[in-house]
Amino acid sequence: MAQTLQRTPLHDLHVALGARMVPFAGWEMPVQYAGVIPEVKAVRTDAGVFDVSHMGEFEVEGPRATELLQATLSNDLARIDPGQAQYTLLTNERGGIIDDLIAYELDGFRYLLIVNAANRNADFEWLKEREIPGSDVRDVSDAYGLLAVQGPRSIERLGLPEANAFTFAETDIDGIQCMANRTGYTGEEGCELLVMAEDAPALWERVLGRGVVPCGLGARDTLRLEVCFPLHGQDITPDTDAISAGLGWCCDLDKEFSGAQELREVKARGPERKLVPFVMDEKAVPRTGMPIEGGGEVTSGTHSPMLGRGIGLGYVPAATAGVDSELTIDVRGRPRRAHVVKRPIYKREENS
Amino acid sequence: MAATETYPADLKYHREHDWARIEGDEAVLGITWFAQDALGELVHYEAPDEGSTVTKDEPYGEVESVKAVSDVISPLSGEVVAVNQKAVDEPETVNEDPYGEGWLIRIRLGDPSEVDALLDAEAYKQVVAEQ
Repeated sequence: MAQTLQRTPLHDLHVALGARMVPFAGWEMPVQYAGVIPEVKAVRTDAGVFDVSHMGEFEVEGPRATELLQATLSNDLARIDPGQAQYTLLTNERGGIIDDLIAYELDGFRYLLIVNAANRNADFEWLKEREIPGSDVRDVSDAYGLLAVQGPRSIERLGLPEANAFTFAETDIDGIQCMANRTGYTGEEGCELLVMAEDAPALWERVLGRGVVPCGLGARDTLRLEVCFPLHGQDITPDTDAISAGLGWCCDLDKEFSGAQELREVKARGPERKLVPFVMDEKAVPRTGMPIEGGGEVTSGTHSPMLGRGIGLGYVPAATAGVDSELTIDVRGRPRRAHVVKRPIYKREENS
Repeated sequence: MAATETYPADLKYHREHDWARIEGDEAVLGITWFAQDALGELVHYEAPDEGSTVTKDEPYGEVESVKAVSDVISPLSGEVVAVNQKAVDEPETVNEDPYGEGWLIRIRLGDPSEVDALLDAEAYKQVVAEQ
């Protein structure tokens, strides 16, 4: 028997719903219930819910918590206030991306970081080693469950008030206390509900009771790729930098943080390779690791249920990174044509 | 949308989860319910060319789902006389009806005696039970 997989508080409910369970980042997670394609369509047209309790949560607290995070995260926390959140990167000294995460400012001395499950330990060690007197980093992941409710009708179905993206508030859904974060990984309106682990099963049942469709990690990966959100470990890694990945917008190069100088240099001379979204022009599904002619590589690829064709993200030489550039992808020995498109790959306006 | 699990008694099976319907000196080939279920929703079928030859136990095409790609193994040798264009255009047909509308190719048998080595439905169900 291989090493034991961790289970979220919702494990038994997934099994009871007939989910197909797979190992993911050390966790046993639902990859699909009814199927990836109907789940993607539910999120694009109505509302779906994902168990993302495997993700890590850290609390960073103290009079110098802001200082610690400003020195380790790429984005400028001074741009948000308590009750707001920010997409940001944890970067190494080379400007490589240790993780991408969302920082929530609880109050001026206290932050919540929600990080990728696969990077929970690496992130925690990195921050712990850089702790300064007056700052304390705690891994509180095991205390919480996290449900992502996403889709154009998600807020209405949950009975939540309208709110701006990247804000959060304490709320109550059918008697269950939780924190409703207006964030997500699908490009749709929605929220991520942070709830005490022991209340997570009841919250899941209440959310399903409001007509929200259970969705697995398969749909989540397709949804995020359709809107070009990078996946850490594939599209961005400790060996790729934010400028090449098109994430310069969340790096404040006017402040000092790990790798800031390296990122300034990459920006000044221009990246050699850029991460670009592309759409297949021939019938084929691009997959991670496939070579792109001319010195590139696919980092994520799938079949888009909304477009009915293969889509992906990949690094290509800067000269062929412009929109409409033609690419040739090596699909198991067969050359298949694709072209670079603008972000996001999928937008509702074009398709309604 | 998905079909229910069946392994028709009138078909012959290969342990790589492929089926053959013998019709005189020709055979219709496809993948079994188990194969399409394991792959999930199919989104692409890379078919062989008509007129090409397929060899018993060798791959002749690929079926790809939202999450995985798999070679399709030929249970028999022969020449491809027809490709199911519906499966190429609408690969989900294979999920919906793996033994009917979702067939993959029709071949002219190169060596009809190869049929004897294939499994019947009961023997193939044993293979599935061991997975």
